[in-house]
Amino acid sequence: MFSLGVQNMNDNNAKKIRMEKTAAVVFALIVWQAGAMLLDNSMLLVSPLTVIKRLFTLFFESDFLSSVSFSFIRIVSGFLLALAAGSLFAIIAGRVHIVEVMLWPFMTAIKTVPVASFIILCLIWLSSSNLSIFIGFIMVLPIVYTNMLQGIKSTDVKLLEMANLFNVSWYKRLKYIYLPQLKPYIISAGSVSIGLAWKAGTAAEVIGIPEGSIGEKLYEAKVYFSSADLLAWTLVIIFASIAFEKLFLNFLKKFFRRLERS
Amino acid sequence: MDIVVSGLSKSFGTNLVLDGFNAVFPEREITCLMGPSGCGKTTLLNILMGFIKPDSGSIQGVPALKSAVFQEDRLCETFNAVSNVKLVLNSKSDSGIIVEHLNQIGLKGSLDKPVNELSGGMRRRVAIVRAILAKSDILFLDEPFKGLDDDTKKDVMNYLLDNLKGRTVVMVTHNMDEVKSLNAGLIQMEGKSK
Repeated sequence: MFSLGVQNMNDNNAKKIRMEKTAAVVFALIVWQAGAMLLDNSMLLVSPLTVIKRLFTLFFESDFLSSVSFSFIRIVSGFLLALAAGSLFAIIAGRVHIVEVMLWPFMTAIKTVPVASFIILCLIWLSSSNLSIFIGFIMVLPIVYTNMLQGIKSTDVKLLEMANLFNVSWYKRLKYIYLPQLKPYIISAGSVSIGLAWKAGTAAEVIGIPEGSIGEKLYEAKVYFSSADLLAWTLVIIFASIAFEKLFLNFLKKFFRRLERS
Repeated sequence: MDIVVSGLSKSFGTNLVLDGFNAVFPEREITCLMGPSGCGKTTLLNILMGFIKPDSGSIQGVPALKSAVFQEDRLCETFNAVSNVKLVLNSKSDSGIIVEHLNQIGLKGSLDKPVNELSGGMRRRVAIVRAILAKSDILFLDEPFKGLDDDTKKDVMNYLLDNLKGRTVVMVTHNMDEVKSLNAGLIQMEGKSK
């Protein structure tokens, strides 16, 4: 009975939060629509209705899917590569202090150097079509590395002592001790860095203008002063970013649930 | 082979915990360590388990295959009781035996729950089964009956006696009845023992 009551309270709370958020979005759209009507200049500020209409026409354009998949594959690849490399570096740095020290200037530099500087520098080294992979990778790497290293360092020493005493294999240590303790750090790194990978990756495409990318579409919108196109493609980026974030976090949740039940 | 501890000293900063401690722990027998809080019982256990190094003195005869019930349960919180025991066993080991032992110690019906949802006494029993089923020649028990009510304690003690055979046991306790019930040898420790 008590747990049922608590469940109902949680459901009501979640419903309330959802309603508040919906109301906030509707309010923002009204402010936007009112601003657009007040300015009455679609180049300066296009109305949300026009953007939504443009978004629907975009779906039926022949190169829509190819542009989205071009950018999606590259930006997601950059993120996944950074996830793998950042985790690997963190594992090594967590075990060998000198590696942590030697990596420190690189990670600090990547965190502080503006993304535009990286993009321009990388344009000299790489083809523009692969630029978003590298930029996504380089922006996400320090976030994953820092989070994972923090997680590894905060692993329960007493559990590791127990594992040493019982001669627990490295695979079981990973499964039973490290991964469960790293769970919040992996989730946090994922949710923070996916949005960043999309922002930085798209910026790289806008500057590098690879053919058939979302960045190219944004660049064209800028050249033709088409605010509707610009905002419609921006919405596409936001949807793609949120969709991948949800997919990734759901995958993580399912992975950990299976791990704990195995 | 007996475990022989000679002239063992250990201090933490200015706090001298063990001062020239000497003892013999006979092979395949249960030896209990008793003494007031802070006299160095757990420190001695930690040295014997290899977690901390003594400042001076020597230890001979500690077997390589060790097992323990720690002062804290040291369980993998999000995993269930069976998985926690599986952790310390060979990958090919039979889950049926684990379930049998956990049932025997009164955990029937709670095997699927993550251990962070179990009571203190239940968690303690999971730690005890883990220590018993792990392949070992020596067993360290640091207040293994902590948090158990009298009836459960009796059951767990019988379970231990049934399953300890052939292993050297070093146990920390504050209770003389436990020493008698286990028919164990006793080493009385006093602060900064000689």
